[in-house]
Amino acid sequence: MRRIGIDVGGTNTDAVLLEDGHVVHAVKTPTTEDVTGGIVAALGKLSQHPDVARGTIDGVVIGTTHFVNAIVQRRDLARVAAVRIGLPASASLPPFCDWPDDLAQLVRGEIFMLEGGHEYDGREFMPFDETGMREAARKIRDGGLRSVAVASSFSPLDPSHEERARAVIAEECPEAHVTLSHELGRIGLLERENAALLNAALLDLARVTIAGFRDAIEASHIDAPLFITQNDGTVMSAEMAMALPVMSFASGATNSMRGAAFLSGVQDAMVVDVGGTSSDVGQLRRGFPREANSVVEIGEVRTLFRMPDLFSIGLGGGSIVTNAGGTQAVQVGPQSVGYRLTEEALVFGGRILTATDAAVAAGIVEIGDAKKAAGVPRDVARAVLDAAKAKLEDAIDRMKTEAGDVPLIAVGGGAFLVPDKLAGVSEVIRVAHGDCANAVGAAIAQISGETDQVYREMNRDDAIAAAEAQAVERAVAAGAERATLQTVDVEDMPLAYLPGNALRVRVRVAGEMQRPA
Amino acid sequence: MFTLITLDDIEALAVGAWILGTGGGGSPYLGLLNMRRLYAEGHRVELMSPLDLADDDRVAVVSNMGAPLVDQERLRDSRNVARAVEMQQDYSGVKFRAVMSLEIGGGNGIQPLMAAAHLGLPVVDADLMGRAYPEAQMTSVAVGDLRPYPCALYDPRGLESIVTEVPSWKWMERVSRKICVEMGSIASTCKAPRTGSEVKEWGIHFTVSKAIGIGKRVREAQRRHEDPIAAILDEARGKQLFRGKVVDVARRATEGFLRGRCVIEGLDEDRGATLEIAFQNEWVVAWRMEGDERKPIAMSPDLICVLDTVSGNAFGTETIRYGMRVTVVALPAPPVFLTPKGLEHVGPRAFGYDLDFRSVFEE
Repeated sequence: MRRIGIDVGGTNTDAVLLEDGHVVHAVKTPTTEDVTGGIVAALGKLSQHPDVARGTIDGVVIGTTHFVNAIVQRRDLARVAAVRIGLPASASLPPFCDWPDDLAQLVRGEIFMLEGGHEYDGREFMPFDETGMREAARKIRDGGLRSVAVASSFSPLDPSHEERARAVIAEECPEAHVTLSHELGRIGLLERENAALLNAALLDLARVTIAGFRDAIEASHIDAPLFITQNDGTVMSAEMAMALPVMSFASGATNSMRGAAFLSGVQDAMVVDVGGTSSDVGQLRRGFPREANSVVEIGEVRTLFRMPDLFSIGLGGGSIVTNAGGTQAVQVGPQSVGYRLTEEALVFGGRILTATDAAVAAGIVEIGDAKKAAGVPRDVARAVLDAAKAKLEDAIDRMKTEAGDVPLIAVGGGAFLVPDKLAGVSEVIRVAHGDCANAVGAAIAQISGETDQVYREMNRDDAIAAAEAQAVERAVAAGAERATLQTVDVEDMPLAYLPGNALRVRVRVAGEMQRPA
Repeated sequence: MFTLITLDDIEALAVGAWILGTGGGGSPYLGLLNMRRLYAEGHRVELMSPLDLADDDRVAVVSNMGAPLVDQERLRDSRNVARAVEMQQDYSGVKFRAVMSLEIGGGNGIQPLMAAAHLGLPVVDADLMGRAYPEAQMTSVAVGDLRPYPCALYDPRGLESIVTEVPSWKWMERVSRKICVEMGSIASTCKAPRTGSEVKEWGIHFTVSKAIGIGKRVREAQRRHEDPIAAILDEARGKQLFRGKVVDVARRATEGFLRGRCVIEGLDEDRGATLEIAFQNEWVVAWRMEGDERKPIAMSPDLICVLDTVSGNAFGTETIRYGMRVTVVALPAPPVFLTPKGLEHVGPRAFGYDLDFRSVFEE
């Protein structure tokens, strides 16, 4: 199996070739405005290695922060028609009701609220208002909106009303692109609807971007299917990514953690990814990042995405040092020179004292011209590294879920800031190609299936087994090899006040991609 | 006589009510969204002291009943609770002077404000629990053996029910729960109307102000990057019980309730000790374990609140999970629950624990 993994970050585009579990070659190039150019450059650089050009490629997997950045930066977003199916409940809290004004102004199109939806036990809450849906679809057509988001109550348990809405829209307004909330989220109508609205707003950008990815691969003369990584460390097909771009929102951080697990061979550990501006600390469980269970805000919109639970601190290779040599304690970060590191840091001939300069002065890493950092006093360099250590120790301690010392895998371009001895850490693991861990994580991404459902009149074991079986079928349908599927997450929660021992079960399975026939 | 409740007060109320929910009562977020919308539309709500009620005034007692999960899908429409009040008014033939909350803790802390905004009535600065509790007989008016009926239940599909008469609060709990389940395990309710003199004698006073006060201190501490836990302890005269990290949560649904235990491993000054907290929707009893010793250190009716050590925000029994860093604090119980009759309703034995109540705040 030979796969190329690509990470399109805000600063760098990294690419690696993995062959049967080994990194053949890894490269780093600057990200370009059009995204495609950076990928073409990275693939060009990668294929200069003789072992890369030899033999076929089974798949190209891309991880990108492009879509989440579009939301955060409020750019390239389409206007969306919102269809809520749940009347006569929920009327006072219409779609977009908890969005920040600036984003709502850009995205909010027409709003339609109709009768329908389900109950917690699968009963219909109200019959689906098909006539109302047809009228709404005609208004959408006449109003010129082409992105539609549909959310009905308890659709994760019974999606039929959302699907009927899609069918009606397809008849009346065939050129519209429709996002259904049950394809994205869990219980929690408002958060799930928000995810669908964000997704619908990104559909135009997704089509252009994914087409750009395809062009880049074609231009590089690679004949292999394209996959995009999801928030949970698994992949989706390029077609699915065009329909569900929000599923890639947090894949950058996930990929670096998965890459760290792969490169180190350690499945359960803490991971710190030290970049230029910030460091993310997370926890690996069975090779996957631990997920956040609570509400996740994206661009100030509440969602319930499957996101890794991360703690981010303002510490990276480009972190600016203040109070050096002063009477107060030395500070490192949170301000950073960011991508201007190669111009502004002392070792690159600049004038700003950064964490990288301190590390070079202390002799723990060789970057740029060490002579240019020679003026940094030894005790200042030491104080900077100690301040970085204290920040890291605090972040690790916050994210740890067990007492006692745990192993820590240090990856990312700034991993040299992580000392070998840290409080609460049994050993610091460093790996070859750790600075491209995110591209490695993309290359090894798996295929997953998930269910989140309420079971009644069933004992706990049977309910979990039923959920697992459904998750397995979903993973196989998404392209996973059945024999390789493993359960990576099980969560069950009895529901207060509900009769019949109602139990909500969420199960996720993941496995290897089916080999192309 | 009346004071205007500002939107900033309501934002604070959402934080404070969640803390006083002692793990239950559901998140106040949906109620807060409704109030933001109502205030944007120009509605305003006023708060009145329970002491300003005339003896023969009638007060509507409102709450949302059912499973917080269903709330998450149907959302919450401010008009529903207002309709429940109108049903009660129509059936009982009384004209309400004001609205008040059944329970200040959790999402129900904001219910009366929604009704008040639509009906143009003030909200009484009081409730009947001073916190959140899972059952109808766990209120100050049940301790006082006041009349438990009639109760109005409303579902926006045109389902309107009145429980006209029951012999006891426990029967009210059983019968109204059945109706609520049929409605989809959620209903907007208006409980038995209370007179001004009943509220003055049996209401738990100034709990809306208390929740707003706690919320304001927490939000202020968050803004200033100060310790929000210390602010809560100071504002509500509480005691810190334990600080640590959640290492196990076991939940099970029995008889329509969420029951279980949460185990917290000590950090900082509690390192080496473990705290176990049993819950029935709300936190009920906490035991401290150190070496071979296992000692109950806090129990209902004292309020046991499990808070995010960093933000000071509350964690619910439905959402708490492995790995969370928490600080457990106790807040004083309303005096009405500390009497022998009060303890019969809400003491540890009412939840099945064979313990004599001993308050965290006893000398």
